[in-house]
Amino acid sequence: MSGHEFVAAFDDASGIDVHDDRTNIGEDTIAELRQIMARYPEPRSALLPMLHLVQSVDGRVTDAGVQICADLLGISTAQVNGVATFYTMYKRRPAGHHHIGVCTTTVCAVMGGDILLDQMKERLGIDEGETTEDGMFSLERLECNAACDFAPVMMVNWEFMDSMTPEKAAALIDNLEAGREVRSTRGAHITSWAEAERVLAGFPDGLADEGPTAGPASLAGLNIAREKGWVSPVPPTSAALDGGASE
Amino acid sequence: MSVDVLTPTLTDNWDQPEAWKIANYVAQGGYQAARKAVGMDPDAIITLVKDSGLRGRGGAGFPTGVKWSFIPQTNPKPKYLVINCDESEPGTCKDMPMLMATPHTLVEGVIISSYAVRAHHAFIYVRGEVLHVIRRLQQAVADAYQAGYLGKGIFGTEYDLDIVVHAGAGAYICGEETALLDSLEGRRGQPRLRPPFPAVAGLYASPTVVNNAESIASVPAIVARGADWYKLMGTEKSAGSTIYSVSGHVKRPGQYEAPLGTTYRTLLDLAGGIRDGHQLKFFTPGGSSTPILTPDQLDVHLDYEGVAAAGSILGTKALQTFDETVSVVRTTLRWTEFYKHESCGKCTPCREGSWWLVQTLHNLEQGKGHEGDIEKILDLCDNVTMKSFCTLADGFVANITSSIKYFRDEFEAGYHTPAWELFPYEKSVYFPYERERIAVSEGADQ
Repeated sequence: MSGHEFVAAFDDASGIDVHDDRTNIGEDTIAELRQIMARYPEPRSALLPMLHLVQSVDGRVTDAGVQICADLLGISTAQVNGVATFYTMYKRRPAGHHHIGVCTTTVCAVMGGDILLDQMKERLGIDEGETTEDGMFSLERLECNAACDFAPVMMVNWEFMDSMTPEKAAALIDNLEAGREVRSTRGAHITSWAEAERVLAGFPDGLADEGPTAGPASLAGLNIAREKGWVSPVPPTSAALDGGASE
Repeated sequence: MSVDVLTPTLTDNWDQPEAWKIANYVAQGGYQAARKAVGMDPDAIITLVKDSGLRGRGGAGFPTGVKWSFIPQTNPKPKYLVINCDESEPGTCKDMPMLMATPHTLVEGVIISSYAVRAHHAFIYVRGEVLHVIRRLQQAVADAYQAGYLGKGIFGTEYDLDIVVHAGAGAYICGEETALLDSLEGRRGQPRLRPPFPAVAGLYASPTVVNNAESIASVPAIVARGADWYKLMGTEKSAGSTIYSVSGHVKRPGQYEAPLGTTYRTLLDLAGGIRDGHQLKFFTPGGSSTPILTPDQLDVHLDYEGVAAAGSILGTKALQTFDETVSVVRTTLRWTEFYKHESCGKCTPCREGSWWLVQTLHNLEQGKGHEGDIEKILDLCDNVTMKSFCTLADGFVANITSSIKYFRDEFEAGYHTPAWELFPYEKSVYFPYERERIAVSEGADQ
């Protein structure tokens, strides 16, 4: 070697075996990729959900998956790769069976997110952006996940794990590791990262009816309003929907 | 007539069991506004929404009805409605609970709004990292099709409407409307130069309305109860009810739906105040892209005009609250790291500026800054702001410059002392043990 160490400008650009052409994508998946394309007036709009489906089948965005998307859409693999490397949810290296996210944007970080991330690194023995050797867990430092009233927040396979503490985080990993059922605080029972990716591709898993209507913080104001009898004002009668508003 | 302190309108059914189900939504009068709307003249709906004073809830505050009226109906191309549910602005957490609790409110709003702008295709673009929200939306749309509220000839009229729920893939910038459109076209989410504006050339270069989820979810109630009702709430220029999101070092963080113009003092009181033994240090009125405010501005009216007069922006009404234990250098650095990560890389001032600002702020946090770093930061900010296609860079500049304005001494201390020595980070930690006990005693759903 020349003695120079090549440092990629983008973390995700290194460590990918470009000669690995394995894929699980078969005729059934290709049929589903075509279904996604049919949802849109212009097929290329389907690319993001198509890549979610590729991940759910292959465990990552494989080169074969990129090629198939490019062929189906009639665009170049460079165009598909340009998209696949832009969005953080697309993984070029295999994600874990469970993908663990810890939010460390400011509110979460200050309130304990930084501690939780360190705890997860130690517990799982991996750094952010890595997957455990047994393929069970991958870890990601998250940017704001829109749950700041439940800070500090973690995500498992993009399900909310709200109002976390070090104890709850430890129990979460213990339970996932032991294969015990884990429920999101505002969602369904935890499935797997790959199954979640399939839902994001637009193929429902039938779990929408699990979980609460809202979490406790979501109801903070409403609970006070109920207690005090505060309501939205009564509409002036003349303007109300004909007979409808009071039904 | 006097209006209550909190005005649950959008949030009114969030405490109902299984409010997300179509049968429960219909039982509470849901879809009657849509049924009424598709029998009206589309222009009359646009006028109604204009008259209501509804303004965009995604940050910019542009009047919703006026936006709709910009769609050139003489253009023969298809018209599109795109709903921005890419909620990612730090501190902002109102749309996700709304869509989880009552996705049909949005679907009904989409029907009315699409009909008004004469779109036959609408897209709900949701950030990808919220699986259960996407499940609920997918089901709501499927059930609305089943009920005949979507598809061909909805509500027995001649009007056809299709809705696609589209999951993003992790990119804050896709909350910017033109980046969102590029993303929805299957490209990297990078903002477009304007003009042309989306109303003229948006999705597939066709006339397109892009609205925030909360804006569109506000429409059914306006159609049902009237513009005059909506204007009972809020101020003359900032009408209506809105969801304020309070987070950080308060006792009861959460969502508080109140009339526009409510003061932060009121919201802070409702949220139980700052945690015991601590005092408010600073807050953001509308997410991290809005200049921070200090305890002197507790009585600022949180409406578009009130916050602007105080030197900030109403934004997304995301009130991130920090007590005296918090290092402003730390928060500024962390937010700037967010923007560096999320800068799409298209415009050089934003891409390079965020990178250099992180380096400089990082040195200050470490206590390894140099005399003149603050001037260098302000100079960088001056070179970055208003020089890109979108406002992402303007957002981080607003945060940095306001933080330096109010807490310059903390940045100066970064020339010699690490931030964690002045503000030990462990003192800011606020794990939700107390909130937990409250939630358990109140018997949360599950």
